Amino acid sequence: MKILVAVKRVVDYNVKVRVKSDKSGVETANIKFSMNPFDEIAVEEAVRLKEAGTATEIVAVSVGPQAATETLRTALAMGADRGILVQTEAEIQPLAVAKILKCLAEKEQPGLVLLGKQAIDDDSNQTGQMLAALLGRPQGTFASKLAVADGSVAVTREVDGGLETVALELPAVVTADLRLNEPRYASLPNIMKAKKKPIETVTPEALGVDVAPRLITLSVEEPAKRQAGIKVADVATLVEKLKSEAKVI
Amino acid sequence: MSDRESMAFDVVVVGAGPSGLSTAIRLKQLDPALSVCVIDKGSEVGAHILSGAVFEPRALEELFPDWRERGAPLTVPAGDDRFLLLSEKRARRLPTPPSLRNHGNYIISLAALCRWLAGQAEALGVEIFAGFAASDLLFDADGAVKGVATGDMGVGKDCVPGPNFTPGIELHARQTILAEGCRGSLSKVLSERYDLHAEADPQTYGLGIKELWEIDPALHQPGSITHTIGWPLDAGTYGGSFLYHLDQNQVSVGFVIGLDYRNPYLSPFEEFQRFKSHPAIAPVFAGARRIAYGARAVSEGGLQSLPRLTVPGAVLVGDAAGFLNVAKVKGSHAAMKSGMLAAESVAVLLKGEGREALGYPQVFKESWLWEELRAVRNIRPAFHRGLWLGLAYSAVESGALRGRVPWTLGNHADHPRLKEAPSSRRIDYPRPDGTLRFDRLSSVFISNTHHEENQPSHIKLADPQVPITVNHRRFDSPEQRYCPAGVYEVVGEEPQIRLQINAANCLHCKTCDIKDPTQNITWTVPEGGGGPNYPNM
Ligand SMILES: Cc1cc2nc3c(=O)[nH]c(=O)nc-3n(C[C@H](O)[C@H](O)[C@H](O)COP(=O)(O)OP(=O)(O)OC[C@H]3O[C@@H](n4cnc5c(N)ncnc54)[C@H](O)[C@@H]3O)c2cc1C
Ligand SMILES: Cc1cc2nc3c(=O)[nH]c(=O)nc-3n(C[C@H](O)[C@H](O)[C@H](O)COP(=O)(O)OP(=O)(O)OC[C@H]3O[C@@H](n4cnc5c(N)ncnc54)[C@H](O)[C@@H]3O)c2cc1C
Ligand code: SF4
Repeated sequence: MKILVAVKRVVDYNVKVRVKSDKSGVETANIKFSMNPFDEIAVEEAVRLKEAGTATEIVAVSVGPQAATETLRTALAMGADRGILVQTEAEIQPLAVAKILKCLAEKEQPGLVLLGKQAIDDDSNQTGQMLAALLGRPQGTFASKLAVADGSVAVTREVDGGLETVALELPAVVTADLRLNEPRYASLPNIMKAKKKPIETVTPEALGVDVAPRLITLSVEEPAKRQAGIKVADVATLVEKLKSEAKVI
Repeated sequence: MSDRESMAFDVVVVGAGPSGLSTAIRLKQLDPALSVCVIDKGSEVGAHILSGAVFEPRALEELFPDWRERGAPLTVPAGDDRFLLLSEKRARRLPTPPSLRNHGNYIISLAALCRWLAGQAEALGVEIFAGFAASDLLFDADGAVKGVATGDMGVGKDCVPGPNFTPGIELHARQTILAEGCRGSLSKVLSERYDLHAEADPQTYGLGIKELWEIDPALHQPGSITHTIGWPLDAGTYGGSFLYHLDQNQVSVGFVIGLDYRNPYLSPFEEFQRFKSHPAIAPVFAGARRIAYGARAVSEGGLQSLPRLTVPGAVLVGDAAGFLNVAKVKGSHAAMKSGMLAAESVAVLLKGEGREALGYPQVFKESWLWEELRAVRNIRPAFHRGLWLGLAYSAVESGALRGRVPWTLGNHADHPRLKEAPSSRRIDYPRPDGTLRFDRLSSVFISNTHHEENQPSHIKLADPQVPITVNHRRFDSPEQRYCPAGVYEVVGEEPQIRLQINAANCLHCKTCDIKDPTQNITWTVPEGGGGPNYPNM
């Protein structure tokens, strides 16, 4: 079975983002980027399936600028076999990514498409679901456990009330949640080997996908600053302030 | 650790700063057949690079005469230059000393330059691996350096390997280049093992703390340079500020304080914070926002503190050795040049069977770098007598005499200089206001520093009692004040007080390793990729 894994290049999770002075978005110049943490989990799961003999080939896909090659290299260093860069400088929204992945899935015919449950930059949590709908295949989102057995995959999902297990017929789309696994470190020899693994570059146009944004960002604002707390002398003052100032009682 | 994998290269470079990258590039220019590998503990190249920086392009010019065409990020020519002597309320403009004149220089981000250099190096075939810390030096049977080992990853707080344990690997090399920058952890091990300072003065250091601001475009003057001395430091403490206007409405502002300061109550961080409220400085920050923070020690000893530069199997380059022109507050051109000189000797050495690049100190002596460091060698020690004598001395020596005097003043080590707390004056620092002056934690927050929480502390204490029995009882725990990241906290009530080490906040500045009065603290590398994630610092 072949596995297709989608990996997104995002602002590193340690970077404290700041809004651009013109409020058009967050500052990205000079800032560290890395693979979306949930996508690392997806890659790790694919590699484990390959190590277990369930998967035979892992293809990592990233949609983004040339620099997203680095994200693909990380996936290759973790154990993916080859990469596909869908190169574009345009702003890419989940629907466009889903359409691109659909194209590639039709071409590559994977048994499983693995994605992160959401990307930590836009937090949309949509791509996997849209892809499943476009492909007309079953989806298992927020996966915390996967078990592949002849022709189907059992996905344990983190839902509000607890854990739900669904059985999906393959090929299927699965999105990874935090507790699915703990991704490995890419070792130095594996990073070196990854430099020699193949990365193919295509464009959305060549795939015939229109990536024009369907949503327009009006303005990006920083969250309101928290007011400094105050100390009150005694319970009476507290009650008084809750009544007269906070007006909550 | 015999189960570690190993890889062999002709040359392994520890540190992707200006010195390490210039060494690697020069080696490949001289002999493309050499295999050269560079590792850096930062999560990417530049993540741990922090500098001013006014950059002197001389060494870059020699490394890449066509750096302009290649697109090196030197875009803001140094412009108007001011040198101010501050008192609490006033600023007096002094003639800019010759060493601080900057015509022909550029205001840059050293991290951006390093990222560019890394790209050039990779194009020449250098293998660069960021996110890997060199944790041990490897020696062969006759004591020659045979490479380094990278640290294990995925070891738990209890020192037991976790589920993700990935053992470090051994990088074997015919020559190992230590380019760790100021107070390198492996450079220190090598220096002790080979007594590299036997014929040199002790190294003396400064701590530089820096912020990057985005200011009101109306107040922004690309290329403008201000240096100050005087307030808020007393005349017995060496130090001063820098304030440079870069492009994109950014201003780099920082403060460097000699780590030979005597008062244990002094806090370099608070001195810097209050400096910004001086009436000659504060106006530039009106309506501005702070975007990054960081700190790094600098080597200030100059020529007389330079150690032996070579041992069998390894050489020291850049700030790891101490090539910094402290009169100019510039080290990056010196770092590059020393790396290039080392590369030239190492390339020759690797053609034969020799183990020690003895040609390197020779070519250094014949280079402009030696001339340059020799001319300013007495400036820093002259300030041991205080600001006024130091200024007077340096005015005469660097002005008319240009260092051509028959004597050389000595340097002292920094850690024994602290006076005990009872005989020291407490300093009352102003409280942070959250717009111009900040506290440590909100500052560390924007250094984007991160360490995997579940790992053993990378800050080691030789004796766990000493922080209380000596540091606390005699010096009132100075590490609480000199650490720019708030790593050290004395907690609990007498008699149960103890030192808490918040190692995850560490900025890798190395000050604790330098200034701890009994040298009880040893800084070692944490898991690779940990530490600050500086943008364009
Ligand atoms: C691998 C991973 C797993 C996670 N798992 C969980 C989880 O299981 N449950 C959960 O609740 N959260 C999870 N998160 C989200 C993360 O924990 C939240 O960012 C965090 O909870 C916010 O807490 P804070 O208030 O300390 O925010 P800080 O990180 O201090 O940030 C302050 C605020 O800044 C804003 N901000 C920060 N980053 C961005 C950004 N990229 N874009 C826009 N605004 C931003 C937000 O408003 C945020 O609240 C996960 C994140 C990662 C990277
Ligand atoms: C506040 C401040 C202002 C300055 N202003 C100027 C200025 O205006 N002009 C100027 O020319 N110079 C200036 N300098 C000095 C200049 O920054 C240094 O001289 C220069 O950075 C030294 O270069 P380097 O390559 O020797 O070391 P560094 O730049 O320190 O680089 C060392 C690299 O090695 C890595 N490393 C260290 N140990 C290990 C290890 N064990 N394993 C793996 N990686 C490791 C580090 O992460 C780092 O990336 C300033 C310095 C400071 C602190
Ligand atoms: S712990 Fe030491 S090296 Fe780390 S920030 Fe503090 S003083 Fe600097």
